[in-house]
Amino acid sequence: MTNTSYRAPASMVRQTAEDAQELKPRSEVPAAELMREIGAVLRMSEAEAAQLGEIPADPDEDQTMIINMGPQHPSTHGVLRLMLELQGETVLRCKPIIGYLHTGMEKTGEQLTYFQGGTNVTRMDYLSPFFNELAFSLATEELLGIADDIPERAVWIRMLLSELNRMSSHLLFLATNGMDLGAVSMMIYGWREREEVLRFFQKVTGLRMNHNFVRPGGVAADLPPGWRDDVLRLLDLIPPRLEEYDTLMTGQPIWRERLQGVGVITPTEAMALGATGPVLRSTGISWDIRRGMPYMRYADVDFDVIVGSYGDAFDRYAIRLNEVRESMRIVRQVLDRMPPGDYRIQDKKVTPPPRARIDESMEALIHHFKLFTEGFKVPEGEIYIAVESPRGELGCYISSDGSARPYRIHVRAPSFANIQCLPHMMRGGLVADAVAIISSVDPVLGDVDR
Amino acid sequence: MSDAEDIERADAGPDELYGCPMAQRRGQVVIHPTRDTYIDTVKALADDGYTMCVDVTAVDYLAFGGRSLPAGVQAERFEVVVNLLDIEAGRRIRLRVQVPGEEPTLPTLFDVHPGTEAMEREAYDMFGIVFSGHPDLTRILMPEDWEGYPLRKDYEIGTIPVQFKGAHS
Repeated sequence: MTNTSYRAPASMVRQTAEDAQELKPRSEVPAAELMREIGAVLRMSEAEAAQLGEIPADPDEDQTMIINMGPQHPSTHGVLRLMLELQGETVLRCKPIIGYLHTGMEKTGEQLTYFQGGTNVTRMDYLSPFFNELAFSLATEELLGIADDIPERAVWIRMLLSELNRMSSHLLFLATNGMDLGAVSMMIYGWREREEVLRFFQKVTGLRMNHNFVRPGGVAADLPPGWRDDVLRLLDLIPPRLEEYDTLMTGQPIWRERLQGVGVITPTEAMALGATGPVLRSTGISWDIRRGMPYMRYADVDFDVIVGSYGDAFDRYAIRLNEVRESMRIVRQVLDRMPPGDYRIQDKKVTPPPRARIDESMEALIHHFKLFTEGFKVPEGEIYIAVESPRGELGCYISSDGSARPYRIHVRAPSFANIQCLPHMMRGGLVADAVAIISSVDPVLGDVDR
Repeated sequence: MSDAEDIERADAGPDELYGCPMAQRRGQVVIHPTRDTYIDTVKALADDGYTMCVDVTAVDYLAFGGRSLPAGVQAERFEVVVNLLDIEAGRRIRLRVQVPGEEPTLPTLFDVHPGTEAMEREAYDMFGIVFSGHPDLTRILMPEDWEGYPLRKDYEIGTIPVQFKGAHS
């Protein structure tokens, strides 16, 4: 299947087009698709749609216009392209067009061993890399049958990093959400606090992002000396800053005016669309995988699942802000309970030997060489493991044929499902609200397109 | 529970669930409806609490035909994998539907779970599986005029030869 010489397929050379994926004039769109684009979620089969005759009394085509928002728009968080049908400033239809950041990571994942896979998945949702690695590692460990043998310390390190990562991701959300709505100084504050968290990641993993630190079998290295003081410093630093955000945004009339009642979605609709994470919780459904189907040691720590009640952009903002606080609560408990011991499983088939052993032991050298060249073989089977990422359910589906490479690796991306709520949330709102809505869904395009 | 026990139980004979062969591995319930019973099974599951469809994806088993399946399931080239979630009870179920390579079609889940619209488009885009009844079956990640289905196993991957410094080429 691999060829050594590279020749670009003709289709890679010429210009490509989205054509049929784009938003078309109403006269060319079948009823069911139209209903989808105007954001109708329930009762959407074509027969039913026709029966209801419920295509709303929208103005004629000559009074509306279809415009592109993105893929280069600064508030589309990357390369999300929305096609909007507008009447004046009111959004009538919306269609997200994605794929501009598609790099075939699932295909790449089939070429990499389980040992190398972490470097690939960590780049998908680049704002919460630990969660990608975690889902991938948990799935691999389940397939290997070593899931119950992971050392306690490794599990708690994973939880520590997950929650800190949730904080950094939500802090970035607060920054971009502020920026999108004109609270530009918030952008600086949010990035500033996030940077503090990333600095800790850099100390632990060596990198600010794309860590490849959580690996099948445990984590790549033990926490560095002084990590506890660093975390405590973070926990002292961030709460007063969150108070400042409350002053700057939460209680501020302009902020509330811009977010309350904007981009409303009901619980039934959110569930029908497969939305998860803060988008689902904003509607009042308290679904959090950490609570509902606990993985790692989340059953042993105290935290609240933050829910909203109106399903609007303000709820989604408030949920994320308060989830930062909940994450800090979990981090404090992790600090108290961090057990001593190994940070990775002592299974020679999965874990490379320590550097020092390689000089002394021929076997260690062989294991090292085999692991880094061939990787380890994973028994046949298929598995789906989901974790609660800052954006919702991040799942990893792996089908193994018994070799050292996943036969198929699929990542269930929370952003991919969540942006499908956009047509629904946008309908009837203003273009200015569109920016607020995109921002409130907090999509990461690396995650959407993979 | 050890892995060996789990596999043993799966080998002990397939149970049935919703009239479909069922296998339970590593605590995850997997059922294998046929293409004909697929939609009805999902509807029955939705009535029983599996109200969210979190994921629809596919696998091309072209190079791995000999995978283990419960008795009574005819292995085909493609498999569409659907993950359903019951948030009331906190449980999951996975459906694996066999789809033949000669005629890769499957009815759409759109009417039951509207959120599958984009996921089915992705499966179509990557594997060429046609979901009949889908309102807008276009490519989603690749450009519309792309040739081929990238995640199929017979889709060639391009490689760039590695250049070693100082080596004679």
